[in-house]
Amino acid sequence: MLISEQKPLEEILNYLDGEKNIFLIGCKGCAEGWESGGEKQVLEMKKTLQEHGKTISGFVVVDLLCDGPLTKFKLRAHKSEIDAADSILVLTDGAGVQTVAEVTDKVVHPGCNTLSSGGAHAEWKEAERCLECGDCVLEFTGGICPIARCSKHLLNGPCGGSQGGKCEVDPSIPCAWQLIIERLTKLGQLDKLEKIVAPKNWSVSLIAGPPVKRGL
Amino acid sequence: MKTKSNLERVLEAGHFAVTGEIGPPPSADPEVIKRKARILKGHVDAFNVTDGQTAVVRMSSWAACLIGKEEGLDPIVQMTCRDRNRIALQMDILGAAALGINNILCLTGDHQKFGNHPMAKGVFDLDSIQFLKVVKDMRDEKRFQCGDEMAVAPNLFTGAAANPFADPFEFRVIRLAKKVAAGADFIQTQIVYNMDKFAEWMKRVRDRGLHEKVKILAGVAPIKSVGAARYMKTKVPGMDVPDSIIERLRGVPKERVSKEGIKLCVDIINQVRQIKGVAGIHLMAIEWEETVPEIIEAAGLLPRP
Repeated sequence: MLISEQKPLEEILNYLDGEKNIFLIGCKGCAEGWESGGEKQVLEMKKTLQEHGKTISGFVVVDLLCDGPLTKFKLRAHKSEIDAADSILVLTDGAGVQTVAEVTDKVVHPGCNTLSSGGAHAEWKEAERCLECGDCVLEFTGGICPIARCSKHLLNGPCGGSQGGKCEVDPSIPCAWQLIIERLTKLGQLDKLEKIVAPKNWSVSLIAGPPVKRGL
Repeated sequence: MKTKSNLERVLEAGHFAVTGEIGPPPSADPEVIKRKARILKGHVDAFNVTDGQTAVVRMSSWAACLIGKEEGLDPIVQMTCRDRNRIALQMDILGAAALGINNILCLTGDHQKFGNHPMAKGVFDLDSIQFLKVVKDMRDEKRFQCGDEMAVAPNLFTGAAANPFADPFEFRVIRLAKKVAAGADFIQTQIVYNMDKFAEWMKRVRDRGLHEKVKILAGVAPIKSVGAARYMKTKVPGMDVPDSIIERLRGVPKERVSKEGIKLCVDIINQVRQIKGVAGIHLMAIEWEETVPEIIEAAGLLPRP
């Protein structure tokens, strides 16, 4: 089971700065189990954001958000609410956030940090989508993870080896930064990448931090 | 002048700068560096020493820099994030500066998969842009990345690489702007063979006014054989060798190909010199250093200031 916890409210409010209408998504799988994004937490977040002057255009809690076809199907029923929103706040682990980014053209904000994938890799069978870095960066990368999908884990990519949309390390790997740039261009947010991203805090990461067993 | 760098002196005086490159040996032999340094002396304003280029183990860059410095040249230490975390990077920066190295080129580094130890664990704690900022903050703010202060700052003329030929092309100038904002004083580009693309990139650089904020040295290199050109075209990540270059080399008798490769390099130098905003060249005659004097002389770049 993927273990996640909600990001500090201040960080979430920072992401939503300048936006009025928000659509909320939670997950009945891991996020409900870890109380970071089940129905209860989604309703709490709805109330909290309303107290901070936001309008919640709607919300949905999907059975397993990391299941792409299911999520796509479930979101279809909320199309008008999603269309009315400036962005989507997703309360679950990195895999679920990336699923939503893949099936919608909306700006997607991560509401949680993924602390551990607990030995599982969500319903995303074809590739790793989350490396348990503990400090989710999907906010500024268009919902595509450069930690899991860039060979050098670059936060200010792409490197000089990106050619024809492929990674220099293996031509069967898409360049994550090419995907990020394409998505942010589509969202009209390429300017997000002009900002220098500071060195990452790896101490909260399972791949580079201390061997702590979290939440169990 | 921010530093004691000869390269900075030449660039600040408005001269068209020339940097060279020495690939250190995969051994403890200092004579290789000395021999190459003597060839470059008087023909370049500074020389780079690569840092485990293509992830193959070789003599460390800072050590080879010192050997070259003893021959009377101004070294540029190359440093990558592949093998060092932020702790090791900062320690090596202090050490290099304390030993009298005045220039640094900050790189992310070639992935370990390409080298002779593909099972190694890559570090990549920082990327090149974060690394540039660390060097700048150490030099200008006397602060380590964690915020702690230091007594004596490393006074380094700080460079970065740029590849106008990588994708996505539209993003390449934004990436350069980030490197300039992070602290790059000079840029050395990937080897230019596709002149049209380089000229278009430079135009976009000028549109953003970046050529006024950073000194851009165009990467150039002679080609020894048709096979070498083909290899660069198909096997080296991030290289762009147009067919016209290969055709030109194929158009001369086999025994004259290397001469033509040298002539081609001189032609490219002459062309990049005409492009507004190009402040110099970085000549990478890897394992063919003996061509450097001939190329620099033929390009009319002697004597060096």
